Amino acid sequence: MDFSVIINELPLYFEGLLLTAQLVPFSLILGFLAAIPVAIMRLSRNPLVNYPAFAFTYFFRGTPLLVQLFLLYAGVGQLDGYSELTKEFDFLKGAYFFALLAFFLNTTAYTAEIFRGAMAETPFGEIEAAKACGMSKWMILRRITIPSALRRALPAYSNEVIFMLHGSALASTITLVDLTGAARIVQSRYYAPFEAFITAGVFYFVLTFLLVWAFRLVEKHFNKHLNRREETIIEVVT
Amino acid sequence: MLDLEGYGYGIIVEGAGVTLFVALSSLFIAVLLGMTAALAKLSNSPTAQAIAGIYTTVIRGVPDLVLMLLIFFGGQIFINNLPDNLLELLLYIGEKTDQGDALKISMAPYLDWGYIDVNPMIAGILTIGFIFGAYMGETFRGAILAVDRGMLEAGTAYGMSKIQITRRILIPQMMRHALPGFGNNWLVLMKATALVSIIGLSDMVRRAGLAAGATREPFKYYLVVALVFLFFTTLSIWFLKWAERRYSVGVRRMS
Repeated sequence: MDFSVIINELPLYFEGLLLTAQLVPFSLILGFLAAIPVAIMRLSRNPLVNYPAFAFTYFFRGTPLLVQLFLLYAGVGQLDGYSELTKEFDFLKGAYFFALLAFFLNTTAYTAEIFRGAMAETPFGEIEAAKACGMSKWMILRRITIPSALRRALPAYSNEVIFMLHGSALASTITLVDLTGAARIVQSRYYAPFEAFITAGVFYFVLTFLLVWAFRLVEKHFNKHLNRREETIIEVVT
Repeated sequence: MLDLEGYGYGIIVEGAGVTLFVALSSLFIAVLLGMTAALAKLSNSPTAQAIAGIYTTVIRGVPDLVLMLLIFFGGQIFINNLPDNLLELLLYIGEKTDQGDALKISMAPYLDWGYIDVNPMIAGILTIGFIFGAYMGETFRGAILAVDRGMLEAGTAYGMSKIQITRRILIPQMMRHALPGFGNNWLVLMKATALVSIIGLSDMVRRAGLAAGATREPFKYYLVVALVFLFFTTLSIWFLKWAERRYSVGVRRMS
């Protein structure tokens, strides 16, 4: 290992880190917000509501993120009328927008499926109690189903967040310089694959563990009521 | 159907064959590594536990693309530097044991294998197998722990050896618990094979990309690739459902 290469190129890695640290939270926040309505649609018994949501999640969960990225970046840009649109809206141009779009759609599909599972598992008694209190359908959704489902979905959702972080490495395939993109530049400049990719790997590793740790705190906070109480010791008198 | 112009569906079919071959070969490696990692984690040896622990933690903390690029580019350098490094090691051993460079000279002909080009197919299969071995390891570990202790004890009571117990009781019984996690891992693995197109292997994605570049119709070609992946996913889900039913025979369930 030649550490001078790594030290020389650290600014490049930090630039890449900055991009990764933008793409991942942006797509996660947007995906989280969009996933809740999609999950509610998936629970509907009306096929006109359910099927579009099902088709969306099935497509985005059943195909590789790389193909989705290429389909959007290379494919949509080629469609008629798109270049007209970019003249009006400048931000639609370029790889950044498409990476964000692909990550957003992908994480929405996965998150929606996680939330759907958690909502479907809401204990029947909770909903019954809410009905008995005279709450309307939307009120039950807002006050009972969603809050309790989100809490139960936390462990699965933390996995999805880590998958998104790892998936964001694909942004480097459409010319963006994220952490992986930085490593690929270093590799092509010095032909030093170990230095280049292990450095990026260490960055990702640290990010992953920060996320795992943060989610553990969040879970501890929101799922306090689910923890087992400390067992009372019963002394047996003989 | 979509008109794929001069390229026809041949490129997609050939590419799909490569994709499937890579997926199944790496699945084989992943299952072997995963089983080894799971047994190592559950063994009594602290060294085996530590190695398996580092393996599953590090792999799951780093993106697969980064690992693949590392193994593809790094593997090239590693293999081609290996003879020199080994010879240096032999010289060192020789000097320590007062044989001088005799050991190095005697081994030198065997270590002269010239320049080796790492095949992207092999690099891809090894990397994906190596990555998913870590995920499989976690799945198998959980499944082994879910097997009723009493069954294994009963095996011991019948005088079966450790290997017999593993083969006859542990593996058939853990299949049921491992299948859901195994199925998820397989679905993710299959989609991860798309990454081999980045290191230059002519799988479906790369062939579609080349055709898309030539015809300037990327949307069409990538859409077909996406639909083929969707088809594989659907097929896998059906098969996994069937297997789950098959391995849950005899499990009591609330009606």
